[in-house]
Amino acid sequence: MIDAVGNPQSVLLLGGTSEIGLAVVEAFASDRPLRVVLAARPSSRLDEAQARLEKLGCAVEQLPFDALALDTHAATIGKAFTGGDIDVAVVAFGLLGDNEQAWTDVDTAVELAQVNYTAAVSVGVALGEKLKAQGHGSLVAFSSVAGERARRSNFVYGSTKAGMDAFYSGLTEALRPSGVHVTVVRPGFVHTKMTEGLKPAPLSTTPDAVAAIVVDAVRSRKELVWAPAPYRIVMSVLRHVPRAIFRRLPI
Amino acid sequence: MSNTSLRGWGRTAPTTARVTTPRTVDEVAAAVTSAGPRGVIARGLGRSYGDPAQNAGGTVLDMTGMAAIHSVDADSGRVVVDAGVSLDTLMRRALPFGLWLPVLPGTRQVTIGGAIGADIHGKAHHVVGSFGNHVRALTLVTADGTTHELTPDGDGSELFWATVGGMGLTGVVVRAELALHHVETAYFTVDTEQIDNLADLMERQTQDDELYAETVSWFDAVTTGPHFGRGILMRANHATLAELPPKLRANPLKFDAPQLLTVPDIFPPGLLNSFTAKIFSEAWYRKSPTKFGAIQNITQFLHPLDVIGEWNRGYGPRGFLQYQFVVPLDRGDVIRTVLERMTAAGQVSALNVLKRFGEGNRAPLSFPKPGWTLCVDIPVGPGLNALCNELDAIVLDAGGRHYLAKESRTTPEAIRRGYPRLDEWRKVRDAADPQGVFASDMSRRLELSS
Repeated sequence: MIDAVGNPQSVLLLGGTSEIGLAVVEAFASDRPLRVVLAARPSSRLDEAQARLEKLGCAVEQLPFDALALDTHAATIGKAFTGGDIDVAVVAFGLLGDNEQAWTDVDTAVELAQVNYTAAVSVGVALGEKLKAQGHGSLVAFSSVAGERARRSNFVYGSTKAGMDAFYSGLTEALRPSGVHVTVVRPGFVHTKMTEGLKPAPLSTTPDAVAAIVVDAVRSRKELVWAPAPYRIVMSVLRHVPRAIFRRLPI
Repeated sequence: MSNTSLRGWGRTAPTTARVTTPRTVDEVAAAVTSAGPRGVIARGLGRSYGDPAQNAGGTVLDMTGMAAIHSVDADSGRVVVDAGVSLDTLMRRALPFGLWLPVLPGTRQVTIGGAIGADIHGKAHHVVGSFGNHVRALTLVTADGTTHELTPDGDGSELFWATVGGMGLTGVVVRAELALHHVETAYFTVDTEQIDNLADLMERQTQDDELYAETVSWFDAVTTGPHFGRGILMRANHATLAELPPKLRANPLKFDAPQLLTVPDIFPPGLLNSFTAKIFSEAWYRKSPTKFGAIQNITQFLHPLDVIGEWNRGYGPRGFLQYQFVVPLDRGDVIRTVLERMTAAGQVSALNVLKRFGEGNRAPLSFPKPGWTLCVDIPVGPGLNALCNELDAIVLDAGGRHYLAKESRTTPEAIRRGYPRLDEWRKVRDAADPQGVFASDMSRRLELSS
């Protein structure tokens, strides 16, 4: 259960090695140790993540999860709930991909779409069913500002995030009557392994800063947050910039 | 039956359950036996601050649909009532017969079922004990849908005492027989003393406590320096007819309990801050100069907050929590430490109540035990979690414990430490409900049921 001051007792992280996802778990754990289920493909990075969380006093369980194995999702999510209620579920897996390759190579394009959109929808359905039955809980879905308006430099990734963003925004409403709270998070440029070597965009941020925003959103039951917060204004303006000007912007 | 979002009086941590309002014992039994995998819990008037009357994803029985007063015996003082009857309703019915509820908490908006489930206490605890001490029999619907007549000393006394203070997790109380006290009037003779620091306040409260039927003190947690913890000690006895002024003698059992206003749900967070708390504390302290033998009615003495409906809305949408604990009598120093930590953390509490408990009862999960109990209200905001964790350690290290009716954020470990008889209670509970049909957000959060 999430208590009166917003401490969850258990967190499920789908994308168990995601830097931002792990930062969210650590931010919760720094206030109160919790039970953590890390769902990801087994790897040494996953083991390291487990060790790091255990040092914070968490009880950590690994759960093999492959975003591309769609037919296993329902069973995997089912397993995640066998140890008791899941108070916060974080959907943090995703691929950035190389945009030029992605829009010219069909396999790359389809893989991006499968992981970022189809798999996100698939786990969203399974999580929705479980959380609805539970009558409480928070679902955090990592979208991206890239989904708000497609840019030439990043539109394949952007299109997948636009789709998953719309799905989870709708899920927010669908699950509301059941007492389940959904937060869609739209980070901008975050310094992680995924963005290593890329030129940082303005307003770039860190996983810890994003995590602080997510924790606050869960505690105050916000349904849509940007990280950092000023992106809300920036994107609101960018969405309405005429195309002729937009394509000339250095973004 | 409808999906309803439920919160406690502290207005935190909402969850959704299917709420149904049974009207008969049979309907209670039917709802219990047809409960789904998330189980069922009874709810009264929702005055618990945290989550004991919520059941996310499961069923919640709104017991206020069962609110009949079956009998009032003026001679013996025995009353038989449904669990959904409020203390307020019962008092209004019983007072004309010269009968008084011996245990009254800070509000009368509590059902009989809730009063038993939380084994509530009042300002008279040092003399009369807690609510369970005055229950002569109760009717419990258990997980298999059967009804049990339980008494404190007869067959099933174990289940009786597991139900007292058992937070609704042994079954659904549907009816109870209570032993009320006889009084000549509905008024109190009140001695009020303004005392200008905490040490003297506690010292004074230790003296002559047994000469009074009701004692409590309120103190100021905002003023620092030599007047730290200055407060008002209020002690009272039931007024006899002869003590009443002639004007009140005509109708000595009049129930004088108006509700003047209801707070609208419009307050922003942060309205209670160090500035407003200072004003409130100053006013509250000044309004009660030392005075002996004043005649006060029930609202003036016992329930000043009942004058304002839904006063919890004043804390704004983020809600608040009430932190109440008891520590042994020889650890009165903890009271001061807790207040100092709160002040150091910049947390503001305007309603601070201090009381000395008398002996506890046989119920394994009953909160009161001989000692000092302190209760503070704190709005939810940054830093509260860290402060409460710190206070937990201080309280538990001193051999203290939390009050489950107020609890909303501690850990299962803290409850295990504070309630050494938890396992004994669990054994009785599990025997009555092997499948774990009775469950609440609190029972999951604090791992009360095994």
